[in-house]
Amino acid sequence: MRLAAIETLGFRTVTFVTHLGRIAAFVGSIFVHSVRPPWRVRRLVGEVFDIGVLSLAIVCLSGATVGAVLGLQGYTTLSRFGAANSLGAVVGLSLVRELGPVLTALLVTGRAGSAMAAEIASMLTTEQLDGLRMMSIDPVDFVVKPKALAMLISMPMLNALFICFALFGGYVVGVKLLGVDGGTYITSMENAITWEDDVAGTLLKSFIFGALVGVIATYRGYTATPTSAGVSAATTGTVVVASVTILLFDYVITALWGV
Amino acid sequence: MSEPSVANLCARTESKSSRVSPELRILLEDVHLSFGGRPVYSKLSCGFPRGKISVLMGGSGSGKSTLLRLVAGLVRPDSGRILVADEDVTELSERELYRVRERIGMLFQHGALLDSMTIFDNVALPLREHTELSERDIAAEVSRRLTAVGLPDTEALMPRQLSGGMLRRAALARAIISDPEIVLCDEPFSGLDPLNVRRIERLLVELNERLGITLVITSHHIPSSLRMADLITFLVEGEAISGTPAELRVSTDKRVREFLDAERDDEPARPGAPT
Repeated sequence: MRLAAIETLGFRTVTFVTHLGRIAAFVGSIFVHSVRPPWRVRRLVGEVFDIGVLSLAIVCLSGATVGAVLGLQGYTTLSRFGAANSLGAVVGLSLVRELGPVLTALLVTGRAGSAMAAEIASMLTTEQLDGLRMMSIDPVDFVVKPKALAMLISMPMLNALFICFALFGGYVVGVKLLGVDGGTYITSMENAITWEDDVAGTLLKSFIFGALVGVIATYRGYTATPTSAGVSAATTGTVVVASVTILLFDYVITALWGV
Repeated sequence: MSEPSVANLCARTESKSSRVSPELRILLEDVHLSFGGRPVYSKLSCGFPRGKISVLMGGSGSGKSTLLRLVAGLVRPDSGRILVADEDVTELSERELYRVRERIGMLFQHGALLDSMTIFDNVALPLREHTELSERDIAAEVSRRLTAVGLPDTEALMPRQLSGGMLRRAALARAIISDPEIVLCDEPFSGLDPLNVRRIERLLVELNERLGITLVITSHHIPSSLRMADLITFLVEGEAISGTPAELRVSTDKRVREFLDAERDDEPARPGAPT
């Protein structure tokens, strides 16, 4: 019984390390293809459109809603301590430092990351990736690289947009509905948020999250079992693994760099 | 080149030389392959002659498509050697395989066209990737190949807008657009009407005769196989039985006979069926 448990542990450890090795080789391959031609600009622009432009509606709407809720909750809490004038600072800091990059990454994972994994897994199932190999075209270069890079490029921009809409949502609720002075709201926000710590930090976070989601989604799709169930598993796995990884890395980044 | 016969082909495939003999373009030696513990081939040896049309036949699940994938380096055998144009593809890295594959065109069973691109972009892809041709020349070449497979005016369509048979013909146009030395065709006649079977058959024969392309075709279509093949290889229970169509027509091997006779139209119609 004890031996079986040790065997299972050993097997899982070996499987885990093997996976890590494969992911490292996969990331290395994406990197190598990214720094040498062909650059595949047209495909990259197309992917940025798919990930970025097609995510605009969900990101903007979610941003405005989150900002509005934050304004409402922040006002209620701060009013207890007579600090309602700090609403702008609380909403701004919460969004820029934490909620913006994390929620954007989770939203983009659900909308674009899962679609990315499903598309690559479907291409695997229908032999499209083998078709590319037979034309001496590396599927990592032709399919994976543009998708991963597009995620890297889109995530910070979507994060910025999410924060802008959330700040607007918080402003509408705090100033227009709850009566906080508009000037005070903006000034407290301006004073609280700094470029070096907060804005650079949020960009760093969203950049790292973009890289993580891009790699996880493409790797899951690329290594999927070539069946319908495999496509489904790749899609679900992408959302689950990427979401947990985003939250874990959020803690690590905050602990290491204080952003 | 003389017609390959069973006797001299077997003599060639059994030789253990490190190079493919001049007559053979593709040689499999003692290939063993299993999927999930189930053996597909054990000690399979066979060869496909240079500049000839070879047809692979056999029942469903006999490993015909897998054999093409082995030759293309898309599947690695458990053991054995696969020599393609003098190179052992089992020993090549993925990057080195790309060099070999530039000389091979492959038609997949379901086409494997990229569904996010138009038919034009799909067929043009090998030329755009590996040649310096201008877009004008590429457009002319794509149009010529699509017309040859009977698909003129389909350039702007997406793969999802074509039927299965049309998809396979567009995929054939893509497979041959770079004039490869070897073309591997996985079930090119499947799902085609008789007219298009004849059209594709003529195209393949023309490619072989005009450009000397070595063709390896998997097919269940016995009439076209017997018409066009220089060599037919039957895969039966992981074993290869090769011969010219004339030799196989008079073969006494029970397994070959059963397969060839299965499509003969000499069974009586069911009682009551209109005559």
